[in-house]
Amino acid sequence: MAITRASRHLVQNEPLIFERSAAGKRGYQLPPLDVPAADLTGLGRLRRDQIADFPEVSELEVIRHFTRLSTWNYGVDTGLYPLGSCTMKYNPRVNEQVARLEGLAQGHPLQPEELSQGALRIMHLLSRYLLEITGMDAITLQPAAGAHGEMTGILMIHALLSARGEARHKVLIPDSAHGTNPATAAIAGYQVQNLRSNARGTVDLADLDRVMTDDVAALMLTNPNTLGLFEEDIHRIADLIHERGGLLYMDGANMNALVGRARPGDFGVDVMHLNLHKTFSTPHGGGGPGAGPVAVKSELEPFLPIPVITAGADGRLRADYDRPRTIGRMRSFYGNFGMFVRALAYIMANGCDGLKQTTEDAVLNANYIRRGLEGAYALPYDRPCMHECVFSDQKQQAHGVSTGDIAKRLIDYGFHPYTVSFPLVVRGAMMIEPTESAGRDELDEFIAALRAIAAEAETEPERVKSAPHTTRLSRLDEVSAARQPILRWRR
Amino acid sequence: MAYPNEYRYTKEHEWIFREGQTGTIGITDYAQRQLGDVVYVELPKVGNAVKKGEAFGTVESVKAVSEIFAPADGTVKEINEKLAGAPELINQDPHQRAWLIKIELAQPAELDALLTAAEYEQFIAETAEH
Repeated sequence: MAITRASRHLVQNEPLIFERSAAGKRGYQLPPLDVPAADLTGLGRLRRDQIADFPEVSELEVIRHFTRLSTWNYGVDTGLYPLGSCTMKYNPRVNEQVARLEGLAQGHPLQPEELSQGALRIMHLLSRYLLEITGMDAITLQPAAGAHGEMTGILMIHALLSARGEARHKVLIPDSAHGTNPATAAIAGYQVQNLRSNARGTVDLADLDRVMTDDVAALMLTNPNTLGLFEEDIHRIADLIHERGGLLYMDGANMNALVGRARPGDFGVDVMHLNLHKTFSTPHGGGGPGAGPVAVKSELEPFLPIPVITAGADGRLRADYDRPRTIGRMRSFYGNFGMFVRALAYIMANGCDGLKQTTEDAVLNANYIRRGLEGAYALPYDRPCMHECVFSDQKQQAHGVSTGDIAKRLIDYGFHPYTVSFPLVVRGAMMIEPTESAGRDELDEFIAALRAIAAEAETEPERVKSAPHTTRLSRLDEVSAARQPILRWRR
Repeated sequence: MAYPNEYRYTKEHEWIFREGQTGTIGITDYAQRQLGDVVYVELPKVGNAVKKGEAFGTVESVKAVSEIFAPADGTVKEINEKLAGAPELINQDPHQRAWLIKIELAQPAELDALLTAAEYEQFIAETAEH
């Protein structure tokens, strides 16, 4: 079958920079020493005259090396990136333009408050908008990413329960959750108890009723969940947790399905984090950095990390450190400020109607793919999804082709693979999240590619199982790499 | 691969073999096939207590990291040191050479409640249908 490639990338190979090294080449020139030379003899055996095997290359060689490597990147700017659960949406250039304004880009967190009013206002305004979007009461922008936000939220829950004089030891986590949820609970010192999904792929209320005891501090729930399904019983879940003295934490990873349409604060969530690098279009992965604001109901406000940005009667903004019940500081200074600028630019550029449209388009795109691939791949939970859809490789397994093989074959068609083998509740999962950024033509191309691969799996399975074929390197030996990792270059 | 009749099994895919007060624990052939190539095994220290139904270690494959649950209460007497250097033993010989730990059983009679080889084989046959 002829391949229609959605994109082309360079196929030339590139040696390691160590292999370009030749003795004596330099990429720098230092000015003459204008201070007395230090006497290093006191270092004794610790002293080194040269760094062994450091590459010696010219400036232009360094530039060419890294420029060539950069052309191998696959990102949102090169093509569709349907990595489920990651919301790899377009990072609008207006965000970058605003973030590069001199006063913002050159600002320093140690500037006096009177010189930082603009930066503080950005954080204050973003906080207000995020509270409006989530329906929560108070927020911290500090956490550096989603899992850091989870940690912040769980520590606040612990602080609140301690203040109530309650020692609860367990955190409930559905079997469809992101791995960071149980990791967070465990790191915070809680025992993790798994919660089963029912046949519809959502929380099993009977199982929740059974395990929700007075030893449970919180339920960590993702809504919509990782199957892309909305937890329709969310009110009953929240009531059950609250009746028995627990708190409801929501992982906001999938907030791209809700913004402007539903507010977690309205359906009973007590604490939640947002991922600005998912839902609010700041760069995700690679450069990042992330930002994971945590929004809470008023009962938890006293425990927010310090500082909290507050407005005085005169409208001046200040960083408030005098909060005796705070869980402390979670991040140096104010968090990843550059991301706040971008997220605010995104929210303001879209406006209320734009954000709503974004959510609707994201859900529409996922459902377009769900219907477009119907019949070609098995759909374990066959009902309308939210912002992502999860297929399984069940049909292809009959030919020995697995989700990982299909993902690698997708690379030959010029697309970034979907999320492979997650969520764990679906065997051979293929989790696809197109986001609102994909246009219809692109979705059609993607569907055609996956349909072509499904046909290949039947007629020439070996071709799929040995993919990718058009990349510089084909199948890597993942097993040897994991069993005997080589962690540094050697001559 | 056959499931030895003298072993007992759990629905979490561990096996245990009793000799007097000692129970030898491993993961089943079905478990290793689901996991794929095992690359790392994390085991408890000798002297640690293990509790029925609670995790005592992890098995990491190229696909996933999975917890291993104790089939019975007891104290760790010995761990299989070979697995640190050769985790692939779990794929090659899960029921014999790739045993994980040996425990001093707190209540050897506990094992009677676990699945027999025939019951376990029926259980995995049913699991595969879903």
